[in-house]
Amino acid sequence: MSPLLTGVLASGISGHLSVTGNLVSLQTVTVGSGGASSITFSSIPQTYTHLQIRGIARSTYNTGGSTSLIIQPNGNSTISNYSVHLMDGNGSSLSVYGASGDYPQSSISNATTTSGIFGAAIIDILDYTNTNKYKTIRALGGNDNNGSGTIRFSSGALYSDTNAITSITLLSGASASLTQYSTFALYGVK
Amino acid sequence: MSSAATYMPIATTTLGSNTASVTFNSFSGYTDLIIVINGRTTRANDSDAVQIIFNSDNSNSYSFTLLYGDGSSAGAGQASNTSSHTLGRLIGTSSTTQPSMLIGQIMNYSNTTTYKTILGRSANQITNNYGVYANVGLYRSTSAITSMTLTPAVGPNFVTGSTFTLYGILAA
Repeated sequence: MSPLLTGVLASGISGHLSVTGNLVSLQTVTVGSGGASSITFSSIPQTYTHLQIRGIARSTYNTGGSTSLIIQPNGNSTISNYSVHLMDGNGSSLSVYGASGDYPQSSISNATTTSGIFGAAIIDILDYTNTNKYKTIRALGGNDNNGSGTIRFSSGALYSDTNAITSITLLSGASASLTQYSTFALYGVK
Repeated sequence: MSSAATYMPIATTTLGSNTASVTFNSFSGYTDLIIVINGRTTRANDSDAVQIIFNSDNSNSYSFTLLYGDGSSAGAGQASNTSSHTLGRLIGTSSTTQPSMLIGQIMNYSNTTTYKTILGRSANQITNNYGVYANVGLYRSTSAITSMTLTPAVGPNFVTGSTFTLYGILAA
């Protein structure tokens, strides 16, 4: 490989970096043919400090180049129980949005884009077993469509109760579905 | 319900001299990859884009959408049909004492059904040098990623002491 002539090839890891084991893979859901209206992680173990969800997704919604990926803990679909703040870049401008009464969310590709394009999201849910405070959710996500796209920072919260989070549902905005091959993995952070 | 510890360090390098590129080409068996860079480039008086190509593919198969803040203003941008992806930005010679950091997340890199989406964030503390930066990138290929090469856009080098570490995350 020619770049190596002036570069370096990273070496294999030696012992000093063997700091593994603080992220534990718990569940993975991949949408099959026909799509799915939502993805749910249920019976989440209550033995970790934080949760992280990582994945790629595409919505069946067919307007605009990007669609929200909505995050609902504990099956709570009452929008007034949530708040959210977003900062988006769309390729030409930056925008911000905040609302009391809107879901925590990220951004994914949709049916207006070339098939094969999926948005990505990394979602962190902090201190999810704590029963003394509301839960904060943050996400970094977005989708690039080769000429359009959205990069999104978001934070949100569930204000209806202080229950521990035992399930998390992900669904497309605009009442659309998630397409085949959308996939998310849930991790526990020690 | 399975549960397996992950976030595994795969490879690392600390540059012993100014170096034009860094390549990772031995990783398999994971779901996502994370590249963590702490370093600088030899570009004078500005920050420098860190470009990445996958599988030695420098066709115009890359694109990205970005946002940034520099301490006094914020902005957005985009590039399409580029010959490499910009993963983030590192400080150049504006500072010799404050390296910058960059974290790139390559999602579902071995998936042979979808194109690849990459999330990147970088930061430095030097005024007017893209102090905080984030982007989402697209590599329009359904081939599994088996190698990646990082180069500074202007550089021409990453500086001595810069560190590059690749981690793998495996889904259950």
